Amino acid sequence: MSAPRTLYRKIWDAHVVAQPPGAPAILYIDRHYIHEVTSPQAFSGLSRRGRKVRRPERTTATADHSVPTGPIDGPADPQAATQVAALETNCRRNGIVCFGPGHPHQGIVHVIGPELGLTLPGMTVVCGDSHTATHGALGALAFGIGTSEVEQVLATQCLLQVPSMTCRVEITGRLQRGVTAKDLVLAIVAALGTAGGTGYVLEYAGAAVRGLSVEERMTICNMSIEAGARAGLVAPDDTTFAYLRDRPYAPRGGAWDEAVAAWRRLPSDPDAVYDRIVSLDAVAVEPMITFGTTPAMSMPITGDVPDPDDVADAEIRQGLRKALAYMGLPAGRPLLGHSVNVVFIGSCTNGRLEDLAAAAAIFRGRRVAPGVRALVVPGSRAVKRAAEAMGLDRVFREAGAEWREPGCSMCLGMNGDRVPPGAWCVSTSNRNFEGRQGGGSRTLLAGPPAAAVAAVTGVVTDPRIVLEV
Amino acid sequence: MMNETARETTRPVFPSPLTSRCLVLPVNHVDTDQIMPARFLTAIDKAGFGERLFHDWRYDAAGQPLAGFILNRPDAAGAAILVAGENFGCGSSREHAAWALVQFGFRAVICPSFADIFRQNAIQNGLLPVAIPGDFHRRLVKLAEMDSNANLTIDLETRTVTVPDGQAIGFPLDTFSRIRLLEGVDEIQFILRHEADIEAFESGGPRRGVPMACSPDPMPAP
Repeated sequence: MSAPRTLYRKIWDAHVVAQPPGAPAILYIDRHYIHEVTSPQAFSGLSRRGRKVRRPERTTATADHSVPTGPIDGPADPQAATQVAALETNCRRNGIVCFGPGHPHQGIVHVIGPELGLTLPGMTVVCGDSHTATHGALGALAFGIGTSEVEQVLATQCLLQVPSMTCRVEITGRLQRGVTAKDLVLAIVAALGTAGGTGYVLEYAGAAVRGLSVEERMTICNMSIEAGARAGLVAPDDTTFAYLRDRPYAPRGGAWDEAVAAWRRLPSDPDAVYDRIVSLDAVAVEPMITFGTTPAMSMPITGDVPDPDDVADAEIRQGLRKALAYMGLPAGRPLLGHSVNVVFIGSCTNGRLEDLAAAAAIFRGRRVAPGVRALVVPGSRAVKRAAEAMGLDRVFREAGAEWREPGCSMCLGMNGDRVPPGAWCVSTSNRNFEGRQGGGSRTLLAGPPAAAVAAVTGVVTDPRIVLEV
Repeated sequence: MMNETARETTRPVFPSPLTSRCLVLPVNHVDTDQIMPARFLTAIDKAGFGERLFHDWRYDAAGQPLAGFILNRPDAAGAAILVAGENFGCGSSREHAAWALVQFGFRAVICPSFADIFRQNAIQNGLLPVAIPGDFHRRLVKLAEMDSNANLTIDLETRTVTVPDGQAIGFPLDTFSRIRLLEGVDEIQFILRHEADIEAFESGGPRRGVPMACSPDPMPAP
């Protein structure tokens, strides 16, 4: 009988190609995603050194970060258009499948991978993007890498890696009505701190996680990096298999049955040892909102913005003071009722069908408040099609919100969708860093219901009031 | 064949020991969006990022240098060491942040802790991440603020930093990264030395641990 292992360790062990002495392990990468922003220099590096893409069929490309989300034929920033064209050229030359602009599979890389069944349990998955942890919701070991490592994977289908420490994040109970997976992960990030997960792979477990849909699990895993962890994992279960079945690239027939049998052996063994265990009670989690400039600076939406004068640690006090000065928010006062200029619903965190449906439930029969710009950006073409089939696009349009084309959009403001300087944006994205959504932008991260309700009221509002919870 | 391209494939080398003045950015959780804002990431090559390093902290809305920011000080040029607060480089995986720091002239960043992906990206570009304990870091910041001309020395062979008052402290760095930074090991070449192992792995040879039914079939055409 071998020693009990964690889910992480099982995936790791199954992918070590070699362990050179005195060096990191050579880890095989099953699935590599690339996009326009972090791949061009990797391809140039390859061609400069006369190297080839070793296994083109294991890399999949999509255009997401800098694609415009206005009407399909609308104007694109010329340099961004050049970058997307470079992606398409690099893929064509190297035999890589590319879901470029207009392709029915195009979308945010962390939305399309799972929805196409390209990411499967037990895989190793990498992408030149820090939110790659999203794919961990399916029980895949998925993490973000830099462009040099993208080049490494293209050339070798491997990465040099040292094993991470493991942290089990045990979430008991279940989420209350009106509380979303986004609220839960904001609470987790606040509990761990922005660097609390550094060096760890987080495995989210417990009754609350079992009760979450795969899309909700993706929202949780997505923000693992905001606590410093490169990867987040959820053990695959029947919910996972039901999600994956019949996805375009998922195994079929006998291969499906074999795969499921193998995937059932992936969850951590009962006696597996973790380097660290933290627990959190889902019942206590309320709708959350951020007030500062790191995703850990969050609080229940009904709370008061912390007062730096109440903080004992000088460095933390100074950091909080700087953040509140940037955000233009008064210390010690509630955020409820604070005015909002822009609302962004979308991103790899909250741009899936369930997120859009949750937002639409609030927009239905209501109007976006005067002076507020509300954007709804589906995470992928497939999400867009599904939302339109449900009539959600009409709900958004009739409410006065913009229904746009898929892409990363205002999450990072690369494509022209930007928050004006000094404006407050309630955003369902993942980062509230200074200027993240455009120079001088002030981001308040929240879940889709809180964002939608801010759009229709024009101020920060507890979504439970509208949802009548 | 390897030999012909050996020089070309070599990665950047860290010039150890490095003795230099430092610039101090006493901010915790400096994220890569600050180091290199996303709107500048549409480039398809690696050029021109140094001028945009810390763009939004460095320039006003009209593009004029902000006098108070450290990179705009008259003595900023020539300082090869950046001293910053904890969790430096958090957030986005953009390697552009490391390229920008190197292009500006930095060869090392000293802080109490680094974000994981940034740390990897730094090493890939010959930029040495030096993590030192908080109390030592506070002393270094104080000394550097008292005398901006004071030199620090970073010795990668012995993995030590010596501060202006002569005190030295060790910093952690795994042996492989140290050799890589000292000798410029090309990682792709290093991995491809194990090509036979990769081929064996790909052809479904003996596999440890669990299920590889999860290994994907070659991707069908779209």
